[in-house]
Amino acid sequence: MRVAERQRRDVVVRVRGLVNAFGENVIHDHIDLDVFKGEILGVVGGSGSGKSVLLRSIVGLNKPVSGSIHVFDEETAGIEAEDLRGLQLRWGVLFQDGALFSSQTVAENIQVPLRRWTNMDQSLMDEIAAVKLALVGLSPDVARRYPAELSGGMRKRAGLARALALDPELLFLDEPTAGLDPIAASMFDDLVTGLKKSLGLTVFMVTHDLDTLKATTDRIAVLVGGRLKTGTVATLVHDPDPWIHAYFSGVRGRAALGAGQ
Amino acid sequence: MRNIAPVRHVASPAKLSAERVGPLLRVAALGDWVTEEAARLDGELKAIDLRGLGEAAIDGSAINALDSAGLWLLLRLRAALESNKVRVTKFAVPDRYAPLLSALAREGPQAPGELEPRRRYLTQVLERTGKGAIDALKQGHDMLGFLGRVTIETIEAFLQPRRELPFPALVHQIEETGLTALPIVGLLAFLIGVVIAYQGADQLKKIASGAEIYTINLLGVSILRELGVLITAIIVAGRSGSAFTAHIGTMRVNEEIDAMQALGLNTTELLVVPRVLGLVIALPFLVLFADVIGIVGGMMMTYLELGITIPAFMRQFSEAVTLNTFLVGMVKAPVFAFVIGLVGCFEGLRVERNAASVGLLTTKSVVESIFLVIVCDAGFSVLFSKLGV
Repeated sequence: MRVAERQRRDVVVRVRGLVNAFGENVIHDHIDLDVFKGEILGVVGGSGSGKSVLLRSIVGLNKPVSGSIHVFDEETAGIEAEDLRGLQLRWGVLFQDGALFSSQTVAENIQVPLRRWTNMDQSLMDEIAAVKLALVGLSPDVARRYPAELSGGMRKRAGLARALALDPELLFLDEPTAGLDPIAASMFDDLVTGLKKSLGLTVFMVTHDLDTLKATTDRIAVLVGGRLKTGTVATLVHDPDPWIHAYFSGVRGRAALGAGQ
Repeated sequence: MRNIAPVRHVASPAKLSAERVGPLLRVAALGDWVTEEAARLDGELKAIDLRGLGEAAIDGSAINALDSAGLWLLLRLRAALESNKVRVTKFAVPDRYAPLLSALAREGPQAPGELEPRRRYLTQVLERTGKGAIDALKQGHDMLGFLGRVTIETIEAFLQPRRELPFPALVHQIEETGLTALPIVGLLAFLIGVVIAYQGADQLKKIASGAEIYTINLLGVSILRELGVLITAIIVAGRSGSAFTAHIGTMRVNEEIDAMQALGLNTTELLVVPRVLGLVIALPFLVLFADVIGIVGGMMMTYLELGITIPAFMRQFSEAVTLNTFLVGMVKAPVFAFVIGLVGCFEGLRVERNAASVGLLTTKSVVESIFLVIVCDAGFSVLFSKLGV
């Protein structure tokens, strides 16, 4: 009884009966999902299985057909993004290609939330921007460059620095390691696990990267045919679903997951 | 004023105490050292006098909550002390923040310094002016190269039978730039005709009674020679020239142009030739349409204002204008079309791989093509006066 109560309190994201559809095409068919405080949840699924749509629904960028979504015990489903102010301060979102504002330098991008929500001096904001850049492994001279002058991987890391600007409790990552070289990707894995440890960060990560999945996640949610299955690497390997089986037991899956055993 | 809403809840406000005993500084941090508190703590930390110190201890072991902004402030204090030759004997934060500490400390707490080197304003203006001048020259040079290329490609597309013109694309462009422009061109030409007839009649009446019949001469010559083609070209530059730049520019952003080149396709032939050629074909018809509608507008106005009947108008009109007057206007149309199409495509291909660049160059393309159309028109005036047409 006490354990159940405690678990309920520690749920950061609670999704119940979520339905998303584009026209006739049902993407999510009554999905239930819990994300617990302090865990890294990996979301996988085939192309077009609605991984990004799930992320966008949770942060209020996509209006679901039905179902409820609670983040920090506040409803987000069907609420306009502008009305989620209180929550937006507590989460950070990294979009697929970084989604940096193209007319601003990287430093200015990172300072957007600081400028909006705190009253820091410009000099302190410059320092904080440099700290965040260092955290995501970018050199300080990137600060004054424009997004168009960066490579895809650098844009992604700069986007992460912006997502971390307010030191959020909950981090949404959309394909964070796609487009990074393997060394940068594993550095990113270390960074996420390190931040999780020190800040009690909860991470919701959409990814295809089996190495990242193995290295960082506590639990995995698989989207197959509009339904969601959660488990760990160890339990999902034995799942009877053909897609899940192919995903974890294919050549790449075995190579990534077997490496540590 | 910045609109700062109540931010995230801070459980226990951050507290900073700095105690000085002779050359020893003891700094104790308590409470929540988080982003919300950073602005206030920044000021308090900067107020600490670091002069004349020999030794310092920074104790944050009783901190309630710490994030990267809060930790940065403590690390910055340590770095400032060390650079003042102060020995820092203790630097402590709760053990649970060890991973964050090592992440920040590994990357080095050195301040980034100034992000933008400050330059004097006058130097900047001079620099920008010089850069602008060189860029303009370079762009003129590039455009000349592009003109040559398009000319050669167009001629080749016609002469070499094995290289077929992308015919459907050409038809589509003629429809897009010509047919769909008819309503707006017609409306504007009609209004221009009305205005010229009205103003002309008003002024000519003052010269002598009977002089108002020359309104028709004024109308015929100004519309057929100049205004019909000029107004149409300006509308088309705003409508189609901008569309060329935006479309080709968006393709550039999506890497479609790169993909075409990688597949061995000729982008000039596929993208530029149909657009330029389509416009060269469509614009003369638009000008003809504008001429007719403009004259009809003027005819209506002279009837209403001066009571000149349609047969009387026709008699005077056929005396006032010759076939040459009409041809002088028409001959400009393909040239203007070529200029508009060329500039539109040229600027489209110059777009860089970001969305802002598309908007910037689209604006530029319209301004440039209208400018060049008027320059060409002036050139034609000089040419025709020398030729005595």
